[in-house]
Amino acid sequence: MTAANPAAADEGRANRAAADEPDGGRVVLVTGGSKGIGAACAAWFAANGDRVAATTRGSAGELKPPDGVPEERFMGLRCDVTDAAQVEEAFGQVEARWGPVEVLVANAGITKDVLVVRMDDDAWHDVIETNLTGAFRVARRAVTKMLRLHHGRIVFVSSVGAFVGLPGQANYAASKAGLVGMARALAREVASRQITVNVVAPGVVETDMTAALGEARVGQLVGMVPLGRAGTPEDVAAAIGFLASDAAAYISGAVLPVDGGLGMGL
Amino acid sequence: MDKAFDKEREVDNEAAFDKFRDCAVEVLQVPAEKVTMEARFAEDLDADSLDLVELVMALEEAFGVTVDESELEDIETAGQAFELISSKL
Repeated sequence: MTAANPAAADEGRANRAAADEPDGGRVVLVTGGSKGIGAACAAWFAANGDRVAATTRGSAGELKPPDGVPEERFMGLRCDVTDAAQVEEAFGQVEARWGPVEVLVANAGITKDVLVVRMDDDAWHDVIETNLTGAFRVARRAVTKMLRLHHGRIVFVSSVGAFVGLPGQANYAASKAGLVGMARALAREVASRQITVNVVAPGVVETDMTAALGEARVGQLVGMVPLGRAGTPEDVAAAIGFLASDAAAYISGAVLPVDGGLGMGL
Repeated sequence: MDKAFDKEREVDNEAAFDKFRDCAVEVLQVPAEKVTMEARFAEDLDADSLDLVELVMALEEAFGVTVDESELEDIETAGQAFELISSKL
């Protein structure tokens, strides 16, 4: 892109520099940022010199700046992604303080594991609504401003579960597989504006969500991981950070597994 | 209709088109003189579908109107887009 159209690249840099005033660093928004992969992402981007807004559907007080990150480079926001008004409010607050979001990590997600024969409509609906529709809502809102910036990075947090389909996770697997289709369609829609849209598919990662599977189940899954260990939230954050970086400018619509080899080829 | 009324309408219309042109210039990054009633979005203003969506969003905000996706299907020129917005004022 730079070689083919240096003028556009210069313009992109100029826009970015303008958006950076006065603090410097990109404006990053991470949903589901209070713990696990989201919190690790917030820390990763903050350490990278970016300004980070992290959201939680709980209380904003749960969100503290990562170690060593000053208050002026971090925002903790309450935002339930199932509520369009709260999404609007959160983006509005970020824009008022720092300008448009340049990097979106759509990470907020829940599980309601139950076998299909026992799964009621609510368990299905709630998981789809948060994991898939919630991600759609924040992506739609972010893209609206990214179009004008002529740059942007969107990373959806899917799961190896989208491809292996663990028993009890029909709702979760469907939501996480849905993210892949959405990301690919969106990637094509916004590619002409130098906005990339990618997906990471974490495997067994040391988070509360994984712990909820129970020790025996987690042990069994880790036993299937070629690299022989569970991943850390930091392992996943590093992959997301890469996809959001300038180094990944030519990667869009990709699904990057971060699973120690668990889902290879799926 | 009396002439004074016509005159007033004309002035309103001109002001509205100025505002429309400002939006187009900003969103499509084209010189103001290229934004004429006859200008075709694709051929004359080098606007792709995403540009048009962006322009519509800017116009919705500037004019305080709502445009349905279905209304955009046959819009090919700046004039047609302007008429669509004007009809909602």
